[in-house]
Amino acid sequence: MGILFEDGNFALFRDSFLQTVELSALSALLALLIGTLLAAFRVSPVPALRAFGTVWVNVFRNTPLTLLFFAVVFGLPRLDVHYSSFVFAVLALGIYTASFVCEVLRAGINTVPLGQAEAARSLGMGFGQTLTLIVLPQAARTVLGPMSSVFIALPRNSAIAGAFSISELYGAQQTLNERGYSILTIFFWVALAYLFLSAVIGLIFRFLENRLAVAR
Amino acid sequence: MTETTVDDSQRTPLVVMSGVNKHFGALHVLQDVDLEIARGEVVVLIGPSGSGKSTLCRTINRLETIDSGSITVDGRPLPAEGRELARLRAEVGMVFQSFNLFAHKTVLENVVLAQVKVRKVPRAEAEQTARTLLDRVGVGAQAEKYPAQLSGGQQQRVAIARALAMKPKVMLFDEPTSALDPEMVNEVLEVMRSLAAEGMTMVVVTHEMGFARSAANRVLFMADGRIVEENSPEAFFTAPRSDRAKDFLSKILHH
Repeated sequence: MGILFEDGNFALFRDSFLQTVELSALSALLALLIGTLLAAFRVSPVPALRAFGTVWVNVFRNTPLTLLFFAVVFGLPRLDVHYSSFVFAVLALGIYTASFVCEVLRAGINTVPLGQAEAARSLGMGFGQTLTLIVLPQAARTVLGPMSSVFIALPRNSAIAGAFSISELYGAQQTLNERGYSILTIFFWVALAYLFLSAVIGLIFRFLENRLAVAR
Repeated sequence: MTETTVDDSQRTPLVVMSGVNKHFGALHVLQDVDLEIARGEVVVLIGPSGSGKSTLCRTINRLETIDSGSITVDGRPLPAEGRELARLRAEVGMVFQSFNLFAHKTVLENVVLAQVKVRKVPRAEAEQTARTLLDRVGVGAQAEKYPAQLSGGQQQRVAIARALAMKPKVMLFDEPTSALDPEMVNEVLEVMRSLAAEGMTMVVVTHEMGFARSAANRVLFMADGRIVEENSPEAFFTAPRSDRAKDFLSKILHH
């Protein structure tokens, strides 16, 4: 079990852990932004926007993430789009997770009573104001539970980036493996790190749920 | 503003509906409705459920669209959904049966929000207005609470304050007391009576015949999507002309 503290392994492990955190945090932010926008599209009165949202969700939610990584990492450079593999990884994870965020938010929007939007409109708020000031804040609060599942899945999904030359947690596993350590010990520490991340995310959402609950 | 323009605007009716038709699927819920509402007038809509009175009320700020006919508010036809319509809705206050206070905002914030976001009133001024209005409807002490912490009657009075904060030209009340416990009906009706006494133009859908009698200038009786009878409250309640109205009144007044 002590392998973590031998031969500079700790520095490798720490750096890759931070890489996973960074990758997850950035793609979470991207997913939240795009996901919210997509949810707005999917409930908008404009048919073209609704169609765009539906297509996005159905394409990216139903594509295996590994395949999506392939498409982004190898496909985009062919279209003359060149970024670091880290940026590509954030992009792939972000657009994939956004489709889940969108669907969770949309479910939340459907739980907000119609009267809330009617009251907002009757006061002169437009579609955008009604959505951002009244409906989405209430929708987001009600779906914090399922939303936490989406964001707990994200760092674990980010392990796929390890196969695309990102030195994150799962990548560290490969390196340590090549150094000849026992696979069980390596996996123990890697799993522990993912468990820690998931627990922290879970706690953050629990905290938010307690703070932001809407009484009806 | 000159004397003549005031006179002109005083003469034209505030709300004009002409030849309004609406269907919900096969149901012809509004049938050739013509209606003019003068400035400062209090019109009470009564009638059996399903007669179209709520729908009529909701067409005035276009929460319900109409299939044919025209509706003008203050001389302007209702625009299609968009910025123009939003501007018009800000001038037409609406109070709902189920209150519809914003559940995630405090009482004060409920009254402040649209003033700041729609009317672009500075926040301090909006809060001042909100507190004055909340005091006026008797819930000033609850300003920092959330809607769910208030009784139904209190929530409905907040909803009235929220609509009044926009300084509307006309107030629409869609069965404002129907969801209230009996002992809370009066506190809401009192607020509405005082509004009426101050000269607010009001359209009220209600089953409160006492309110219709005491506060209305005109009673409209609706049945099957038509305005069957309209009269002063006194004349309507003592001597209804149509059989539908007689039947309706006999059912609700003697039980």
